[in-house]
Amino acid sequence: MRLPALAAPGDDEPLIRWDWIERNLGDDIAEALEEHLVLSFTPVLLGLAVALPLGIACARWRRLYPVVLATTSVLYAVPAIALFVVLVAFTGLSYSTVIIPLALYTLSVLVPGVVDGLRSVPDHVRQSATAMGFGTLRRLLRVELPLAVPVVMAGLRVAAVSNISLVSVGSLIGIGGLGELFTDGLKRDFPTPIVVGIVLIIVLALVTDVLLLLVQRLLTPWERAGRADRAARKAREEALTTGGGER
Amino acid sequence: MNAILSALEWFARGEQWSGPDGIPSRVLEHVWYSLLGFAITLLVALPAGLVLGHLRRGRLAAITGFLVTSSANAARALPTLGLLILAVIWTSAGDLVPILIPLVVLAVPPVLVNAYAGVRQVEPGLRDAAEGMGMRGRQVLLRVELPVALPLILLGMRTAMIQIISTATIAAYVGLGGLGRYIVDGYARQDYDSMAGGAILVIALAVAVQFVFAGVFRLAVSPGVRAPRR
Repeated sequence: MRLPALAAPGDDEPLIRWDWIERNLGDDIAEALEEHLVLSFTPVLLGLAVALPLGIACARWRRLYPVVLATTSVLYAVPAIALFVVLVAFTGLSYSTVIIPLALYTLSVLVPGVVDGLRSVPDHVRQSATAMGFGTLRRLLRVELPLAVPVVMAGLRVAAVSNISLVSVGSLIGIGGLGELFTDGLKRDFPTPIVVGIVLIIVLALVTDVLLLLVQRLLTPWERAGRADRAARKAREEALTTGGGER
Repeated sequence: MNAILSALEWFARGEQWSGPDGIPSRVLEHVWYSLLGFAITLLVALPAGLVLGHLRRGRLAAITGFLVTSSANAARALPTLGLLILAVIWTSAGDLVPILIPLVVLAVPPVLVNAYAGVRQVEPGLRDAAEGMGMRGRQVLLRVELPVALPLILLGMRTAMIQIISTATIAAYVGLGGLGRYIVDGYARQDYDSMAGGAILVIALAVAVQFVFAGVFRLAVSPGVRAPRR
């Protein structure tokens, strides 16, 4: 695809200079991309590692949940750049300065997901598991958590996609992965790196989203079977009722 | 921890409280840009979301529904800073207009989606009852669907406002005034106290917005709707 060479008023600088991309693909762009991947996925893993036990605890001890929920929802509303700056006091200008706030965001999205997912497990399912001789831990690992996977994965996709775009804000304090291409472009009044950065971030977010969706399908094979069953049943029902209503 | 304490001393300095770079004028600037962006966002997104949610029949409605919902996911993937810088390099208009564009573009989806989803989730029985009472389409929307959808709509508005405050902070990097100036200028001068002071003010503003919306929720949402739905 050829992008139209939109010129900024006053000069003939095209939106994309393909030769710049070719020259910098190997080192600058690849380095920024690598940093971006580390900065956006480490927080997802960290957030997940903390959110699972915390969510399980919140689902078990009901009084804990409102406190955790209030804290995480306030935290989630704080702009990333402000958290990055506050973190500089503790971690200096290191990767942790960006990773910790993003992990906290991930946590804020995932904890309600884990709790809702666990609470959505019907009582009769839980009782069946107990009747089959499952202890508390085995029931949690083999029955409740797998059933909570769709809700948790929905949260994980939201968190991963927003992390990928938020990392670029870190370039305001010099740690921004592909965001460095933005600041670089502004300093040189040169749009190509900015466009490259935006496109790469969107593609990265899209690919991540699709991959996580695939992981979810692999983790929950029964969902697919269920859907097929439901669709088949619905088709049979529709074949039986002639005329067909709106719904 | 010492760094945070010395940032707190930054607030105590007399010169922080007056002049164009003083805290009061920076806060006012930030609130003004944010409210301006918010007003434009609401004008664009709220009527569109309500009407799209209200018209729920036909294939066209299904397609718009899909587009509306995916716009929210797509907006999450858009890098704020990149859009701001591109808008500024691209258009050489005055300093506020190119910044308002990304501000609004990023804030529209949450309002649009929540208004749309809120109206769509109104129970069909309620709608039928309203029609049975003789209400016309517009009356059904404004007197039944809007009040019932209000909790979700307010949630979307809050998300949008927080998003705008955050984008306006980042926009200091491309020359906007407001609280982001302390962070960007502080970074350029290696003056951590100013950066942290700005960050603390941004956090305070974001928390204040949450409180304002909690207040609006209490005042505006009918008690019958307020009970947790799930």
